[in-house]
Amino acid sequence: MHSLEFDIAHFLAGSMVVISLLLLYQDRLYALLKVFALHSLALTLAVGWQAYIQEAHHLYVTAGIALIFKAIVIPAALYRIVRRLGIHRTLEVVGGVGRDMLAGAALVALAILVMLPVTAGTDAVAREDLAFALAVVLLGLLLMVNRHNAVSLVIGFMSLENGLVLAAAGARGMPLAVEISVAFSVLIALIVIGIFLFRIRERFDSVDMQAMDAFRGERRR
Amino acid sequence: MNSDLGWMAMTTLLAIPAGAALLLAGLPRYRLGARLNAGAALISLLASMTLFWTQPGANVYLRVDDFNIYLIVLNNLVSFTTSAFSAGYIAHELETGRLTPKHLRFYHAMYQALVFAMNLALLANNIGLLWVAIELATLVTVLMVGIYRTREALEAAWKYFILGSLGIALALFGTILVYLAAQPVMGQGLPAMAWDQLLTHAHAFDPALLNLAFIFLLLGYGTKAGLVPLHAWLPDAHAEGPTPISAVLSGLLLNVALYAVLRFKMLMNANPSALAPGPLMAGLGLLSLLFAGFMFYRRGDIKRLFAYSSIEHMGIMTFAFGMGGPLANFAGLLHMTMHSLTKSAIFFAVGYISQVKGTQRISTIHGLTATHPLLGWGLVAGVMAIAGMPPFGVFMSEFLVVSSTFAREPWLALPLVIGLLLGFGTLLWRLHGIAFGESQGANMPGPAPVTALPMMMHLILVLAAGFWLPGPLVAWFQSVAALLG
Repeated sequence: MHSLEFDIAHFLAGSMVVISLLLLYQDRLYALLKVFALHSLALTLAVGWQAYIQEAHHLYVTAGIALIFKAIVIPAALYRIVRRLGIHRTLEVVGGVGRDMLAGAALVALAILVMLPVTAGTDAVAREDLAFALAVVLLGLLLMVNRHNAVSLVIGFMSLENGLVLAAAGARGMPLAVEISVAFSVLIALIVIGIFLFRIRERFDSVDMQAMDAFRGERRR
Repeated sequence: MNSDLGWMAMTTLLAIPAGAALLLAGLPRYRLGARLNAGAALISLLASMTLFWTQPGANVYLRVDDFNIYLIVLNNLVSFTTSAFSAGYIAHELETGRLTPKHLRFYHAMYQALVFAMNLALLANNIGLLWVAIELATLVTVLMVGIYRTREALEAAWKYFILGSLGIALALFGTILVYLAAQPVMGQGLPAMAWDQLLTHAHAFDPALLNLAFIFLLLGYGTKAGLVPLHAWLPDAHAEGPTPISAVLSGLLLNVALYAVLRFKMLMNANPSALAPGPLMAGLGLLSLLFAGFMFYRRGDIKRLFAYSSIEHMGIMTFAFGMGGPLANFAGLLHMTMHSLTKSAIFFAVGYISQVKGTQRISTIHGLTATHPLLGWGLVAGVMAIAGMPPFGVFMSEFLVVSSTFAREPWLALPLVIGLLLGFGTLLWRLHGIAFGESQGANMPGPAPVTALPMMMHLILVLAAGFWLPGPLVAWFQSVAALLG
């Protein structure tokens, strides 16, 4: 019989997969951002729980980074960018909800079919975490493939990265987990701050052309 | 005593670029910056050469062994010559107003940060540290590619960024899986991520987990190495960034990514029941070679043309390492060296050419040997070398790849030779138009002859290697080839 510890870890990691599926069919950017913040919150809890059951205190740092940086700062920054670009009303073409859900479900099944047999030797928590993590990574890839808007691409990438952090936290006693999550956060901060601001300020080159026209109209210089 | 000196050399290799990056970031005068950049690269080069005598050994984070030592020296050699080339190149970019002194401060700091990241990746013994270093190198090069801030440059940087991040994300997943495979055998903690200890225990790892890990690592680091079908970022990044960066990207960073793949291939080889990594690598390599061969025809941009040539040559190397065995590995190692030297020399020439002509479009560049003999003939020599003409070193390594393939897998030799000939023919055909014929368009005076020194030096090394390889170097390539399995 599984312990309560295992059940909670299972629940938290599983909820990340569910939220990844939710991300797939959000066609408004604000909604996408909010769901992503929820995704990061689930990651925070999952990593925090791993830190508790593994008694690995450095993982609390990773959880803290996930909470402050990915659940609060980045969504807030993207929120501002979306508003300033005036693309919050844009509806993205995301294909059919049904088609995306089917593809997503297939990817989750694939992840489980691939991971569970090969990880038979490792402990149950790591096993389940890893299968869910691969599912989140694959769903993040699907999101990136489906979208053309730069903001959605970034969110797809970050949800993929949340999956990687989950995998790193689930691998019992993995060294450098904190360093790796810091390195990743720097990377994301760079995209969000660097490329976006340069795009907007220096070239008025936007995430898509229609939005660009609206943005130019707003500028008074 | 000796090993203390070795550790000092290793620390220097990391501390000098890191320190120089910080210093250059705060240094407003660009001329001094360019000199300091070259000076720091020279110190790193000297420090890397002392590794031959001092042999520092390994700890859980860093390691110098027969395999990486020559790549470290090559890395620091090319980054030094490129920094010398860059000093002349950027002065011109400043005159034409494509870059401002503020940009240059950033550029020099990033250059040293890139050298730091590549040295760290090559020195790393820890697979997590290796990943962090390659991630840092990706970040820095993204910033460098976008430095001109034109629409195209930003597009290229964005594309590189998305694909590069995806690559390193997959590589991280693979790294975690390797740790998971190691953990039941080796216990928790740092040793289970140290490459040399992984290698000694690899025979006991779960083969299924190791297989899955290698697939992710090959796709992840393969993206960074520009293997087809994961190459889409490479031509754009090479074409739109500053030319010294194209030289470093092609000559060094691609090698570093392939080096990472090879380290994991060695782990796979150490486990008898794991999947053989060779056929996968040989397949990807062959695909890259053929694809690049066909893509040469319709390239309009001179830097893009040579970017595809880098894909071709990474394909040849990956194919050679995939074939494995002493001869093919030897050829792969030699090809890695020759390609780095030749391709960076070509980019040095191309950088000046695009400056004197004011364009990168091949259709407007003709008759360079008449108007700018030094650049024109330099480019001719470089392209002859990279296409694999006999007296040059590249011919020798390609010949070795082909002959070892004929000896072992004759059927694979057919597509290999077709790919090589395709590349050879198209490159020489394009070269004919660029180097000879009637000169057209703008003709600014060429750079001072002294600035062509780095290019000349590389070409002379490649030419010399075609005639004679020093005995110790051969012995050493042979021992590394045996290590690679």
